[in-house]
Amino acid sequence: MNETAMILLVIGIPFAAVPLIALFSRRPNIREGVSIIAGVAMCGFAAGLIPTVLAGNRPGFSLFDVIPGLPIAFEVEPLGALFALIASFLWIVTTVYSTGYMRANREASQTRFYACFALALSCTAGIAFAGNMFTLFLFYEALTLSTYPLVTHSGTAEARRSGRIYLGILLSTSIMLQLLAMLWTWVEVGSLDFVPGGLLTGRIPEGVMAALLVLYVFGVGKAAIMPFHRWLPAAMVAPAPVSALLHAVAVVKAGVFTILKIVLYIFGLDTVAGVASGYWLIYVAGATILIASIIAVRQDNLKLRLAYSTIGQLSYIVLGAALANAQAFTGSTMHIAAHAFGKVTLFFCAGAIYTASGKTKVSELAGLGRSMPWTMGAFAVASLVMIGVPPSAGFVSKWYLLQGALTADNWFAVGVMVVGTILATAYLAPVVLTAFFAAPRSAGGGADPLPKAHGEAPLPMVAALVLTAVGAIVLFFYPDLPLALARLALGGAA
Amino acid sequence: MITSHLPVLQVIVPMIAAPLCVLLRRDKYAWALATLVTWAILAMVSLLLVQVINQGEVIYHLGGWPAPYGIEYRLDALNTYVLLMISAIAAVVTPFAAKSVAREIEPHRRHLFYAVYLLTLTGLLGIVASGDAFNVYVFLEIASLGSYVLIGLGPKRQALKAAYKYLIQGTIGATFILIGIGLLYMMTGTLNMADLAERVGPVADTRPVIVAFAILTVGILIKLALFPLHLWLPGAYTHAPSMVSAFLAATSTKVGAYLLLRFVFTVFGTDFAFGKMPLMEILMPLSLIAIVAGSAAAIGQKDAKRLLAFSSVGQIGYLALGVSFATVTGLTGGIVHIFNHGLTKGGMFLALGCVAYRLGNTRIESLYGLGRRMPLTSAALVLGGLGLIGVPGTAGFISKWYLVQAAIESDLWPVAVIVLLGSLIALVYVGRLVEAAYFHAPDTTAGEVREAPASMLIPTWILIAGSIYFGFHTELTVGVAETAALSLMGSAP
Repeated sequence: MNETAMILLVIGIPFAAVPLIALFSRRPNIREGVSIIAGVAMCGFAAGLIPTVLAGNRPGFSLFDVIPGLPIAFEVEPLGALFALIASFLWIVTTVYSTGYMRANREASQTRFYACFALALSCTAGIAFAGNMFTLFLFYEALTLSTYPLVTHSGTAEARRSGRIYLGILLSTSIMLQLLAMLWTWVEVGSLDFVPGGLLTGRIPEGVMAALLVLYVFGVGKAAIMPFHRWLPAAMVAPAPVSALLHAVAVVKAGVFTILKIVLYIFGLDTVAGVASGYWLIYVAGATILIASIIAVRQDNLKLRLAYSTIGQLSYIVLGAALANAQAFTGSTMHIAAHAFGKVTLFFCAGAIYTASGKTKVSELAGLGRSMPWTMGAFAVASLVMIGVPPSAGFVSKWYLLQGALTADNWFAVGVMVVGTILATAYLAPVVLTAFFAAPRSAGGGADPLPKAHGEAPLPMVAALVLTAVGAIVLFFYPDLPLALARLALGGAA
Repeated sequence: MITSHLPVLQVIVPMIAAPLCVLLRRDKYAWALATLVTWAILAMVSLLLVQVINQGEVIYHLGGWPAPYGIEYRLDALNTYVLLMISAIAAVVTPFAAKSVAREIEPHRRHLFYAVYLLTLTGLLGIVASGDAFNVYVFLEIASLGSYVLIGLGPKRQALKAAYKYLIQGTIGATFILIGIGLLYMMTGTLNMADLAERVGPVADTRPVIVAFAILTVGILIKLALFPLHLWLPGAYTHAPSMVSAFLAATSTKVGAYLLLRFVFTVFGTDFAFGKMPLMEILMPLSLIAIVAGSAAAIGQKDAKRLLAFSSVGQIGYLALGVSFATVTGLTGGIVHIFNHGLTKGGMFLALGCVAYRLGNTRIESLYGLGRRMPLTSAALVLGGLGLIGVPGTAGFISKWYLVQAAIESDLWPVAVIVLLGSLIALVYVGRLVEAAYFHAPDTTAGEVREAPASMLIPTWILIAGSIYFGFHTELTVGVAETAALSLMGSAP
């Protein structure tokens, strides 16, 4: 089968699943079956593209010009291939998990939920395979809109308010900053293609370049760089599977992925490293890591704590892009994979805890290690990823990032990473410790003689979260694929 | 060959059909005739477009009298494009009218409604096709008088007041236009616009010509409803029958935009309008205020139709902004927005027509729970709303792309930012519609509410689907708009 068809299938399969999901709205088993089959097929084709990419090819094609000279184009380059693979694989796992979560919690409008989920995955694939900035922007906006019904799923006043923040921040940054940057680029150089080495390199004055970098970076609100991060905590009002896949993987990774693409293919690593004006990004990313982590430590609501952790962890990836050398960039690429597996597990656990016990706060978790050993075990493993301790995939990415910071001789970045690690321990270790070692307390404050009996969450949920936790460990021992793809993206050989 | 008479036939056919509607008396027959006529016109205009694309320009002399003595119909890329837009909208909304009009207008007035509707259509087509300034004025009056009647036929008593308001302001506008044409005739001795363009140059410095320019522009801006001359528009669009709101929103103000382009660029020329006269300095701030204030005023409205009407005030700002750049890119953006906004807003007004058909009104509270009760109508409203915001993949995005590009090319950064800001304000008012339709429990006292009938849904979705289609495939829209923009800029004396 040729690559063009495979690219179209990766994007088209989840899209085609939407009407099927709607069609079987009264047959839940078939409906979820459609989602899982679509996920498996999508993941299969995304994986099928990997050998071609590893061989050094970048298959692509363009459909038609929307504006003369500005086509809808797709190209599978190494970063996109990795992103699509991760997102589609985790979609399968998340659908299994959702089946347990949505039924156990008797959520309403499940058809809309699965349909929007499939649509969001189609947009994610479109972002991953976009062949120019224009196509990427198209799918970027579509992803925002398709996830809005998921964020506001419960339909309550709070969900509506969160939906406003979500749309407001994501659309205003993308329209006011990113679109403006694109149009400026278009007027300056008459192209929005992704060019290895940088589209703008040597073509526009340094001052314009600096202004464009600011517009592009803050224009990608999905990367949740401060001060445009508020949408992510707001999105936590959504059901757990949405927080897990979309707001720990698909949407936020689409953001940092876009930033990596912009740095690599619009500006070029050398430009960002060489132009002094690219330097500020290191400080912004560093500040985001520290501030978000400190806020995370202070959150009692488990999902909010995880959301702020995500904001911090995303900025590690941005930090790697800002350091703009090969090691740091490799670290960023690796962290896309590592954080995806780690954070999806943490959110799966949060959802499982809520489903089994109805608890949402860290302070309520005492004794949960005994009643939900698998869930809390997976939580502990995934915490290692966030902190960056072996044997978790997080260690590999932090290792490369630290190397990158040392190569760049940037002691601020080194310091941020050290302090960030301590803070990550400070916001995740208490959760694990409380669950395993604290004595359960009753509402009155004394020891509760009869804790409300509950076991693990339903099997599909536990299976999903154990699988992703194992994945986070496996990636430590076998990090070859992400690393090879990172080398290829940088222009080296696999 | 009959095809050589197409330029005039597309005006004459609806004019003759109008009195026939009166004679037919039965509303069903009148409607059938109107539908037939609008489709025939669409076919004729499509043929004309092919001719124009092949030949560049089609010139027709009325009664065989050569210009400048006789009346000349001169069709180039610009006005054929606008004709196509008007006839396409008419062909889509007339089938919609069958049920909508039957619900909103009393039986003994329905056949008269179709007669006046066809007359209004005649006027609009005539304004655009004619190459004779006085002839343009005559058709303008036909179209305007027709519109007053159509709006006054609205189901509520306020419709009469709104029509009266429009009548006063519209008449002032038309009178201004007439005075302007009179002054030009006085100075040049000709009414043929191509001829005028040549003869205005030598006398451009005289006071009458300057006054003519000023007074014509103001008159046209009233018709265009550019801020602050938009006061007639919200009431008229709110209280008119549903089908009329859609039709006029998609065509009437767009004809105003056409007149502005024709007089400013073809007759007076860019050097005069933007060099000697401060048209840019006047038009650009007004457009920007319209974009921000019009859109902002839409946010607080309690009636969905009124909300869309204020949104139109804002969107007209984008149109005028495109003109005010006086560059090819800006004009392309403005002209393409004529088409794109016509489709989008027409589709949305039709969707509200479906709502009015089932619920009897279009108050925001009536939209509560619409997502479940009328899923297709609600989806049309949402997609149309995305077009108003200018989300990529909708026609509205294409217009804004060109407008912002024009602003950046002219180094007008604040303008670029305000255009984008307009999108965000649109996000707020569209968000209100979406939240009403999907997040509020329906008012149960209205009883069971079903989806609108197919004869209304299909026209609605044709326009909405068009607004998505032209967000991706722009060869026709942008292609013709660019050709028109090039010829307008090139025709500067």
